[in-house]
Amino acid sequence: MIKKHYDLVVIGGGSAGMAGAIEAHKLGIKNILIIDRNDYLGGILNQCVHNGFGLTEFKEELTGPEFMTRLSDEVKALNIEYVLNTTVTSILPDKTIFASNREGYHIIKAKAILVTTGCYERNAGAIMLPGERPSGVITAGTAQLYLNVYGYLVGKRVFILGSGDIGLIMARRLTLEGAKVLGVAEICPYSNGLNRNIVQCLKDYNIPLYLSHTVSDVKGSDGRLLGITISQVDEHNNIIPGTAKGFECDTLLLSVGLVPNSPLLRDAGVELSRNKGAIINERYETNICGIFTAGNVLHVHDLVDLVTKESRLVAHYINEYLKGNSIIDQIYRPVVAGDGLGYVLPHKVGTHPLDEVTFKFRVRRPVKDVNVIFYEDNQTIKSVFKPVLIPSEMTEITLSLDELKQFKQTINVKLEQKQ
Amino acid sequence: MDNLSYDIIVIGAGVIGSNIARVLSEYQTRVLVIEKDNDVCARASMANSAIVHSGYDPVPGTLKARFNVAGNKLFPDLCKRLDVEYKQIGSLTIAMSDEDMVTLESLKERANTNGVPVEIINHDRLLELEPNVNPKAKGALLAPTAGIVDPFTFCSHNMENALDNGVQLHLNEFVKNIEDHQDYFILKTNFATYTCRVVINAAGHGAYSLGSIFERFDYKITPKKGEYFVLDHYAPGLVNHTIFPLPSEKGKGILVSPTYSGNYLIGPSSELSLANDHSTDPATLAMIKAGALELVPSIPFTELIRVFAGVRAAPTDHDFHIAPLKKHPNFIHLCGIESPGFVSSPAIAEYVVNELVKPILNFAKNNNYNPTVRPRIHPETMKDEARKKLIASNPDYGEIICQCEKISKGEIIDAMSRSDHPHTIKAIKKRCRAGFGKCQGGFCQPLVARLISEYYHIPLTQVVYSKLGSNIVRYRTKGDNDD
Amino acid sequence: MRELICITCPRGCHLVVDDNKNVTGNFCPRGVTYAISEVTHPVRVVTSTVKLTNSVYPRVSVKTKDPIPKSKIGAVMEEINRVSLKAPVKIGDIAIQNVLNLGVDVVVTKNIDK
Repeated sequence: MIKKHYDLVVIGGGSAGMAGAIEAHKLGIKNILIIDRNDYLGGILNQCVHNGFGLTEFKEELTGPEFMTRLSDEVKALNIEYVLNTTVTSILPDKTIFASNREGYHIIKAKAILVTTGCYERNAGAIMLPGERPSGVITAGTAQLYLNVYGYLVGKRVFILGSGDIGLIMARRLTLEGAKVLGVAEICPYSNGLNRNIVQCLKDYNIPLYLSHTVSDVKGSDGRLLGITISQVDEHNNIIPGTAKGFECDTLLLSVGLVPNSPLLRDAGVELSRNKGAIINERYETNICGIFTAGNVLHVHDLVDLVTKESRLVAHYINEYLKGNSIIDQIYRPVVAGDGLGYVLPHKVGTHPLDEVTFKFRVRRPVKDVNVIFYEDNQTIKSVFKPVLIPSEMTEITLSLDELKQFKQTINVKLEQKQ
Repeated sequence: MDNLSYDIIVIGAGVIGSNIARVLSEYQTRVLVIEKDNDVCARASMANSAIVHSGYDPVPGTLKARFNVAGNKLFPDLCKRLDVEYKQIGSLTIAMSDEDMVTLESLKERANTNGVPVEIINHDRLLELEPNVNPKAKGALLAPTAGIVDPFTFCSHNMENALDNGVQLHLNEFVKNIEDHQDYFILKTNFATYTCRVVINAAGHGAYSLGSIFERFDYKITPKKGEYFVLDHYAPGLVNHTIFPLPSEKGKGILVSPTYSGNYLIGPSSELSLANDHSTDPATLAMIKAGALELVPSIPFTELIRVFAGVRAAPTDHDFHIAPLKKHPNFIHLCGIESPGFVSSPAIAEYVVNELVKPILNFAKNNNYNPTVRPRIHPETMKDEARKKLIASNPDYGEIICQCEKISKGEIIDAMSRSDHPHTIKAIKKRCRAGFGKCQGGFCQPLVARLISEYYHIPLTQVVYSKLGSNIVRYRTKGDNDD
Repeated sequence: MRELICITCPRGCHLVVDDNKNVTGNFCPRGVTYAISEVTHPVRVVTSTVKLTNSVYPRVSVKTKDPIPKSKIGAVMEEINRVSLKAPVKIGDIAIQNVLNLGVDVVVTKNIDK
């Protein structure tokens, strides 16, 4: 039975939501509710049957379902309240939550909300995939659900657009289940997946990776995919004429990026950044006091271990908020990402941070031997050497309270090639 | 000849065929609609601007002008009784130069001749109505009677109303041949052979070749493709009216419009194509984008959720063809119904039924005719208490299937239980908006596919996305048989 | 001679192992260890699903409890495809004991009650 009042409502019971709720409970917040739309706790990990999860969180290598079960077992052991098969339809700035399920329509008041609704896959429409729109063109994660949970193959001759990790993982899974994976095209001149997946999902099965290539045409007949054409692109991602290669296939998997699933936040009045995650301060609080966010709905992580770590940290700040330790009238110093940086989190840092702040960022393209410099005007406040940074791996650099104190107006971050 | 299979066979269940079927169902007459696709509203009726044009623009005296103006007047009441979302938001045709302002005067004159209320507004008034329109605009022609409509439900509920009142619909059936035996036709399809008194050819792109069985026409159809962008509904107030550039030889130009669902539609282009070419290409889309940004510089293309193409059946003489064939007066031929065909459809249907078919068959009113369709229920727009009551009476309305558009299982089941029931993912998307949002069905498509599988008792491998053959998943793994 | 991409860290060194097992192209010593093991005895954990009956879910996820020789992946998949389990199942349940006598069990990686 859902109650009318909670100290903390966690929306989304995936890894971020569960880790946040567990940590919040351990910090002493007792009146917690987790809401999830699926009939289990664990979110997308349920369909990620491959391994490679948990090396930092549990110090052993687990599959997705094992990882999520470790967390859900703990949620249950701690008697944290959760409700399944329930969709939050909207939240209000006063932290009223509206949720719908087969038992009814529930109006819940929370003192704090943690939004951990994960991400969704960028799809054919959003990338303006050229050509026709037959069936058989499907996002990699949806195909993964059909395959790993329901036991269906979308098709048997597969091409994959995008070298994101889900696409690579699916290349191997589809091959093992009897499909022929013809190749993977990546528009960037480098892979966007982990090297480990390039090796163990593509090279192990002799699946070619076409870098600097994209799908330039999609052909169908009677609504079903017949084949695709890929073409090489120049440095501006324009197709180079005369480089077209055709493939007959019945499936085109799209692994072209993930986008924070943030409409609930936006509808509540939360400001979003360009990547569609919320704009947050160093306490992972949005512009609405008491609404916090973590995990892939904030920014897409490469490893679930980083998601749970982030969410635990946010639980700490929620606890401080509920104890009344939020500093509302502080002035924020914006964090400005320089050339070559995709984004830097947090987006702003108050004048009175409670703790040191770990900045998280991604580079736009692979770089070697660079200094990451935190500076204001001409004064370098911190410089950290990195031998290699790649877009598919998030980087973290922590600044101490003393270092943070030195910034007056803005916190600038840039990359500088080491001489 | 007695014992004909039907009095009337309507070929095509697009917006024209569906409206004609509805108007025919007001009479005591036996009607079959055959449709070659597996859903109504599957081609040009589905992929268009969904604008209820005011009718100021067609050349006075043409069928386009006549039916556009008449159709526009029918929309408000018709949409109300058929439970179709319709909003009379008005349109603004933007003048970017002093020369354009002069053109607006001539457009106003044309509007007066067509009997369409319009008003020329100046720069300041325009920017007051539409703060996001290019501030360089000099003024605009405001046509307050223009509107936007849900094109899918409009077709579907026309057909549902027809079916509820006794019309029959055969999907996946196409005409192979028609013979005229003077007082009856023999019509052969891929399934069967029928006889009927009257054939109504509303076959869209197929109408020309069907008509050509009997007659040579002095015009041709040149299919013209239009590509569009659809943006998510997260830029409220971007534009409040349908925004047009000045019309040109190529047509009404690239518009920027809100849609019935609060999304934004941007397009179309106009390129010669094949009738079944629904592909999009980056160069055309870039051209549309540039044109649209000229009208509304702040369009947030980052909110893009989909691009699509529709194909107009454009006649070389630029007007609709709606008439019996010369030597075959019981064959009613409707051809070249390009824009403004959608808005014209209810007026065309009334004309066809009352002026062309009724004199032939002289049928009586159907006294049992029910003019309304069962209203749809959308929990997300209900008040809290009503929503609670609804879920208590039917828990399916509490189970949200499409997260983006907040569509419940109850709504999808309701659609499948109607007479014009959807069989495909796309047909459900058209009726319920499940899969219409930013994830484009990434999350809900498997759920909707399972609902279809359960409701119609077919294996998941037989569930199709749109056309026959567009199965979503083709094989079971590990040697399992189909469930 | 074989070319490899080192997967030990994000740097992804392109390694070359010659016929005498000399490794070049590595930035750090871990590259040598990785390359030698990849050319002498490459192993992988296989993760997949098996059929499940008595459940709303027709599949449950499994893995080889330890890595198996890379050359045996195909044969192990054939064994995995033959197995059918009955719900309820829980993590660690043995789906195949000592698969192909490799000394490794295939175990369930998900709890499914019904």
